[in-house]
Amino acid sequence: MTDVIAPGWHDWLGLLLHHMLLSLLSFGGTVSTLPEMHRYLVMDHHWLTNAQFTASITIAQIAPGPNVLFVAVMGWYAGMNAGGVLPGLLGTVVMMAGVLLPAATLTYFAAAWGHRNRGKRSVRAFKQGMAPLVIALMAATSWLMASVHDNLHQDWPLWLLTCLSVLVMWRTKVHILWLLAAGAILGYYGIV
Amino acid sequence: MDYSSDTRETAPLPGPASIADLFISFTLIALQGFGGVMPIVQREIVEKKRWVTNEEFLEDWSVAQITPGPNVINLSVIMGGRYFGLPGAIAAMSGLVMVPLLFVLLLAYIYAGMAEDPGSVRAMRGVGAVVAAMFAATGLKLASALKNNVLGMPLCIMLGTGCFAIVALLRGPLILALLGPGTIACVLVYRKIQP
Repeated sequence: MTDVIAPGWHDWLGLLLHHMLLSLLSFGGTVSTLPEMHRYLVMDHHWLTNAQFTASITIAQIAPGPNVLFVAVMGWYAGMNAGGVLPGLLGTVVMMAGVLLPAATLTYFAAAWGHRNRGKRSVRAFKQGMAPLVIALMAATSWLMASVHDNLHQDWPLWLLTCLSVLVMWRTKVHILWLLAAGAILGYYGIV
Repeated sequence: MDYSSDTRETAPLPGPASIADLFISFTLIALQGFGGVMPIVQREIVEKKRWVTNEEFLEDWSVAQITPGPNVINLSVIMGGRYFGLPGAIAAMSGLVMVPLLFVLLLAYIYAGMAEDPGSVRAMRGVGAVVAAMFAATGLKLASALKNNVLGMPLCIMLGTGCFAIVALLRGPLILALLGPGTIACVLVYRKIQP
């Protein structure tokens, strides 16, 4: 059961401003600010329950689109806790605007600056220097996702699925949705 | 004036046809992104639409990585902004977010118990394995863009391995990988390229 909250306008404003600040600090993505979001939303201000917090992340992963949409679900739950569908929609808007807009604005101007100055030696050095790292970070993401299943004795079918999928994706033109569907079906029936 | 030599400059570069095209393209990309949108962006924009090369994709992504916020959102802002300025950035970002937002809220509304349902938990396990593969496969495809890098392959592999070790094996903060191997890489390139 969630605490009954009756947020005033200053609570909504606080919600917005807090996440706008987090937005500017979210290097590596919004997930890097998750512990702080949990503290603010669940522990300190009781906008959400713990269960709703975790459910938001899972639902956003199940649904198509960027995983950052978990903040929309959190806003929805927060508003629903506060009163109903209309506050739910307000919560969604506040959370999305707070979390996304500041970082996106900063990125826009940084990219515009980088584009204007693209001939500069330092800008060119940055672009080429970062290239191998960006690829390494892709590999790291892949590894971090796969290595959640670290009991090779029972998880080897999952690893096999991953390796086979890499080959199919790298060397063929099979559409990604087929592979995702295959993964879902194999998972559902307990084959992986 | 002699126009005969101008045909290359006046031929339009491939890119989105309009702001609406940006919105629709990114919407369709997002709707295929179950668990990870970035690999879909690479497949659609680099391989199918050919709006950018793998090299340019890596460059955009570097900027998306270094600025705060989710990488894929930043990437949409960078790409959309380059083609159509602020309206383009807004269109691309909205494409990634708006229609998927409807799906996500619908899901949250109708199936509150979905997160615990054992069937969907099992299915998500399988999907997760495929998504991990997506990131690895995209990394492999992008690696071909390194062959023209001034650092040369051996150095790229060393720096990349260092970054991978920090983030994936040691589970260190991203900032460490950017400040460590990142700074080294950028300084090395700086010294190798012409002013």
